[in-house]
Amino acid sequence: MTAAFARRHVLATDDWSRDEIELVMDQGAAMLEVLGRPIRRTPALRGRTVVLFFAEASTRTRVSFELAAKALSADVVNITTSGSSVEKGETLLDTVRTLQALGGDILVMRHSASGAPYFVADRVSGAVINAGDGWHAHPTQGLLDAFTLRAALGDLAGKRVVIAGDVMHSRVARSDIHTLIPLGASVTLSGPPTLMPLAWRCGQAPAGVSYEPDLDRALEGADAVIALRLQRERQEAGLLPSLREYAHVWGLTEERASRMRPGAPVLHPGPMNEGVEIEAAVAHGARSLIERQVTNGVAMRMALLYLLAPAAEVAA
Amino acid sequence: MTTLLSSDDVRRAISRIAHEIVERDHDTSRIALVGIRSRGDMLAKRLREAIQKNEGILVPLGALDITLYRDDLTRVGNAPIVRTTEIGFPVDDRVVVLVDDVLFTGRTVRAAMDALVDFGRPRAIRLAVLVDRGHRELPIRADFVGKNIPTQPTDDVRVHLSEGDGRDEVELVRAAVPA
Amino acid sequence: MILTNVTRIDADGRSSTGRHQAGSGTETVDGSGLLLLPGLIDLHAHLREPGFEESETIATGAHAALRGGFTTVCAMPNTQPAMDAPGLVAELTARARVARGARVLPVAAITRGRAGHELADLVELAAAGAVAFSDDGDPVDDARLFRSALEYARGAGRPVFEHSQDRVLSGRGVMHEGAVSADLGLAGLSPAAEETAIARDIAIARATGARLHLQHVSTAAGIDLVRSAKAAGASVTCEVTPHHLALLDEWVAGSRRFAWEPVRGASPPQAPRGVPYDSATKVNPPLRGEADVRALWAGLADGTVDAIATDHAPHASIRKDVEYAEAAFGISGIETALSVLLMAIDARMGELSVVVRALTSGPARVLGLALTDDAIVVDPLREWTVSVEALASRGKNTPLLGRRLRGRVVAAIVDGEVRYADPAWKGARRAEAVAR
Repeated sequence: MTAAFARRHVLATDDWSRDEIELVMDQGAAMLEVLGRPIRRTPALRGRTVVLFFAEASTRTRVSFELAAKALSADVVNITTSGSSVEKGETLLDTVRTLQALGGDILVMRHSASGAPYFVADRVSGAVINAGDGWHAHPTQGLLDAFTLRAALGDLAGKRVVIAGDVMHSRVARSDIHTLIPLGASVTLSGPPTLMPLAWRCGQAPAGVSYEPDLDRALEGADAVIALRLQRERQEAGLLPSLREYAHVWGLTEERASRMRPGAPVLHPGPMNEGVEIEAAVAHGARSLIERQVTNGVAMRMALLYLLAPAAEVAA
Repeated sequence: MTTLLSSDDVRRAISRIAHEIVERDHDTSRIALVGIRSRGDMLAKRLREAIQKNEGILVPLGALDITLYRDDLTRVGNAPIVRTTEIGFPVDDRVVVLVDDVLFTGRTVRAAMDALVDFGRPRAIRLAVLVDRGHRELPIRADFVGKNIPTQPTDDVRVHLSEGDGRDEVELVRAAVPA
Repeated sequence: MILTNVTRIDADGRSSTGRHQAGSGTETVDGSGLLLLPGLIDLHAHLREPGFEESETIATGAHAALRGGFTTVCAMPNTQPAMDAPGLVAELTARARVARGARVLPVAAITRGRAGHELADLVELAAAGAVAFSDDGDPVDDARLFRSALEYARGAGRPVFEHSQDRVLSGRGVMHEGAVSADLGLAGLSPAAEETAIARDIAIARATGARLHLQHVSTAAGIDLVRSAKAAGASVTCEVTPHHLALLDEWVAGSRRFAWEPVRGASPPQAPRGVPYDSATKVNPPLRGEADVRALWAGLADGTVDAIATDHAPHASIRKDVEYAEAAFGISGIETALSVLLMAIDARMGELSVVVRALTSGPARVLGLALTDDAIVVDPLREWTVSVEALASRGKNTPLLGRRLRGRVVAAIVDGEVRYADPAWKGARRAEAVAR
């Protein structure tokens, strides 16, 4: 436990070591205990300001970060921008200048453009946590998924996790991969070829990651499955014939889930399209850890806010 | 480096404090022990065993990590590791004895009291320490003390416990005098 | 001046060391260790004037060109207004003459307003001085219109420079589609979008017998298409850019490795890297993979590739200081091109003679123009660091910022006149000569 967390920002976990991921998960476990107390608040970040900058609609993640910040007694400032400010000619650079002038210690940001947090982190003095950027990364989701899986399965080394659905457009899938692989798990991707990066289907997938188009085969003997949300606009973009066919071929049904090892858990980052990528019986059944993910999410975000606070202080 | 407490001294101090705790609050059913991590929790466990031997009763035991309540979080380079707090019993109306290895500035105890009251409203909070080395910065004193030891503020008091360090011993390391 | 002990390489790539006249005058300068090359010709540069003077002007671009060793540049027509009227061409030529930098050759738009709907007045544009036609920045999507353009250009005696891209297939892509785009979650530009367009363009060129010049070919399969077209006798030429010869798609992920440099820190934890999503790496066609880079060099070696052209695309910071997906495509490259190529030659990616030909006689043939007496003097060992201050161009948008390069132009001679000279080099040379 002598390892220290020395990062200034949390933008993606693609270059994190196993030790760093485990450290954050262990801190998450300590934070989960705080959330179980009669008074769910500690003074650790008293006097600190956490700015929540969400340039893309997201209630769940924003609220999760807000609860996490408040459980550590931080002050929370919410900034939401819509397309309208861009139409007025306000660029991300303008927004960054405003954020810098506000002087928050930790900036939590959600943005529709892949890579936007790198742009911002390069230009503000505070710490930046990526709360989701385009298709690229959602590191806190990846960490909370790994944390949830570790709680259910124990050590993840040698475990095989299926990620099913629209991997191409999924920052969750990428962050899950970047968290599970260093922990020693392997990942099987399954979904329509049009929703899978071409390179990953053609032998250039990251180490430990494979693609199996047939979901039944992918699930056979797996230790867990993470179902991804299917955006309805993928059909309009010509990437799949119909939601009905998708549900039939790649929907997670109880029958399919039962191909995994007995008791193998089901995760979903939410919000779910029940009846499309996941059957209601699975989403709310005994295997589902989906509600647990929500609680764990607050704990993991507390852990990251706490761990980043000293670096943010130095920089501010 | 001088030995302040030998292994036998440690054993006797724990035994004595166990007696004192019970003498102070005759109703043993109300007593609970909460050790402050990372050595106070080991001492609390030993105290509980001693009380059980003497009184035949197993008092509730908890462990408290005070990291999130520290007043110097912004002054440290990296965030200190938070260890799990385990208080598996209601603290309301209990006499909670906080247990720590060394009482020095009192800031740790202040943080521990803040943390503890987030779990409920104890009837009383008492403090048991193996060593009181003086130099308080807050108005805090211990109810039960293994040994009072005068020190210089720059001295280092090192507590070794067999659970974590292989042996029981308390040492005093004098700060090197600047030339 | 007269250079002694200088290594001269001519436009055919032949080298000889000794005493050579460079420009007018009889001043003698010690040229040992220096290269004397014909003035380089850039078939592809964006000078941005009129309309985007915040990014570049004819004057700043023509001077940046000289610093990069290019004494002749072809100015692309994607200005505002587009270079689609004889008056605009004449104006450009007049401004370039006043600027007294590199010679500037106007390339006029293929379609009116570069809108891709109707042909510009190609015959009149040629008469006004346009050396070629191009809608560069965009392809001519409409195949029938493209056919008409080729027929007309043939009549006007000019080549058509085509930016080959199937824009339906490339969609909203912002970088090369591959493992890196998959990791970064960026929409990919499929190599097939370039290759299908090249195939279409070649087919139409062969059908019409017109001179087609394919701009910035970036993929291995694209080179193969050109190779077989040439073998079949089509009058097709092509160019590649220095950035496609040196940089890889992994630069978008923060790599700073030239294609010929070994991979460092392959095992985790990864070696320190640059910041990913640097919009200076965003260029169209995109930086591609190692196999593509090798194919471009092979194409140069066997003559499939006629020219190396910079596709110098300066942008004001406002167009690059945005999210990667929103950033403008383009690299400001005219000042770094020769250094990068010399480093590649040192790394045995290609022959100096081949590269010199592709920068001189090759592009001259594409244009159908005779070579001038313009010359440049290069110090191949001089190291310099690419920085905002070091670049004369208004466009500082190069992924090479901060990189140390080797090889620097120290003098550029146009029309017998030294139009650019590094302030330091000649003084130092004379002092050395005296000391000897």
